[in-house]
Amino acid sequence: MSQNLLEIQNLHKRFGQLEVLKGIDLTMRQGDVVSLIGSSGSGKTTLLRCVNLLEEYEEGVVAVEGEQIGYKQKGGKRVRLSEKEIARQRAMTGMAFQHFNLFPHMTAVRNVMLGLIKTRGMDKDEAHSIAEKWLERVGMLQRKDHFPGQLSGGQQQRVAIARAIAMNPKLMLFDEVTSALDPELVNEVLAVVLDLAKDGMTMLLVTHEMQFAHDVSNRVIFMQDGRIGEEGPPKELFKKPKSERLAAFLKSSKF
Amino acid sequence: MEILQTLEAIWLARTAILDGLWNTIQISFLSILLGTILGIIVGLILTYGNRAARFAIRIYSDFLRGTPVFVLILACFYILSVVGLDLTAFQAGVFALTLFCSSHVGEIVRGALQAIPKGQTEAAKSIGLTFSKTFFSVLLPQALRQILPTWVNTATEIVKASTLLSIIGVVELLLAVQQIISRTYLSLELYFFAGFVFFIINFAIEKAGRYVERKVAIPT
Repeated sequence: MSQNLLEIQNLHKRFGQLEVLKGIDLTMRQGDVVSLIGSSGSGKTTLLRCVNLLEEYEEGVVAVEGEQIGYKQKGGKRVRLSEKEIARQRAMTGMAFQHFNLFPHMTAVRNVMLGLIKTRGMDKDEAHSIAEKWLERVGMLQRKDHFPGQLSGGQQQRVAIARAIAMNPKLMLFDEVTSALDPELVNEVLAVVLDLAKDGMTMLLVTHEMQFAHDVSNRVIFMQDGRIGEEGPPKELFKKPKSERLAAFLKSSKF
Repeated sequence: MEILQTLEAIWLARTAILDGLWNTIQISFLSILLGTILGIIVGLILTYGNRAARFAIRIYSDFLRGTPVFVLILACFYILSVVGLDLTAFQAGVFALTLFCSSHVGEIVRGALQAIPKGQTEAAKSIGLTFSKTFFSVLLPQALRQILPTWVNTATEIVKASTLLSIIGVVELLLAVQQIISRTYLSLELYFFAGFVFFIINFAIEKAGRYVERKVAIPT
């Protein structure tokens, strides 16, 4: 197979009658940082969620390291993989959510440890030391024994990122990770993402922070009505938008 | 009230009363335990089952909750013996209360599971947890905290409903006391005594419930 880390071909996704993804092609190599931008309803988040099968897709292929996510071809037919297989595939990617989705009944460190123990099969000590390492990396070590309800939004999001990244995913998915945050908390989260990008983490982000998309990405994709409207290096895309739609979008985003 | 006379009657009948109390405790404990286990399964099917399973369990739950416990106890005792399932009065009574408890716990569990934000399941999926691991590590611990107060309430209802087993001849606390009343005619005093004992049992359950609630509360 190819050496592409992520390969999406002709991806279609429908919610009932509504087709939200109308044939997406996207490839990412190791170390790529790709930002998805576009107005709401353009399909950015849905695209991201198809990569770890939080959304099922009807047509096309999503493959991570050459392995199709969620389905296999059997006798010319498309068959859904077993739940166990899908769970294993989901652990190949990590995801940070708009609303953090930390487990409220666990401390920060236990949140990070859960996947290490339950999915990776580590013992508690090993999981604990890895969890501490990543909490330190996101600047949350001193709060490791706090419950999510005792943390600010920005702190919760940093823990959530640590939880995802501790699993050592091949690809990180960020779904509007700063949208639910108060403005003064946005930067502490973006700093963490930027730090990970510098480290060579392969990342696919949905973001409304245009400046951030510009700074962190080596490719930006403008989504438009379920299709890729325009894509290219951030400098080109932001400075010289080809389509009027993108120009208007950038203007309305005050970039 | 002739207090001394009452106390004497209670003392003289202490073995019968303790036997009755022991029966009440056994009936309540077994019904709550089995009813809760069955109820969690009912709640799971109501929440995650396929359409056919949900439909069947919905009928089960609605039927049981809509039927007086009294009728349920009589049905379990008399109808089951007609179809060849010979249960003792004690077993039939526990069976009836278990069904009753399971339908209520089922609805409580369903409500609690449905109240957990979808993002919790998604986050668990995203770190590679299978459904069963997600359920036991993420959903159940949150649901249990949620259901605790209502569940304690259901448990006290079961303790009170256990008195209804007297109609099929199970000598639980109330029937034991009634038998003493029929000998001594101290009806007001001894009914008061029986009521007080039930109050103590339920008060203890509620206190224990509150204690556990505080213990497992999530710090904010």
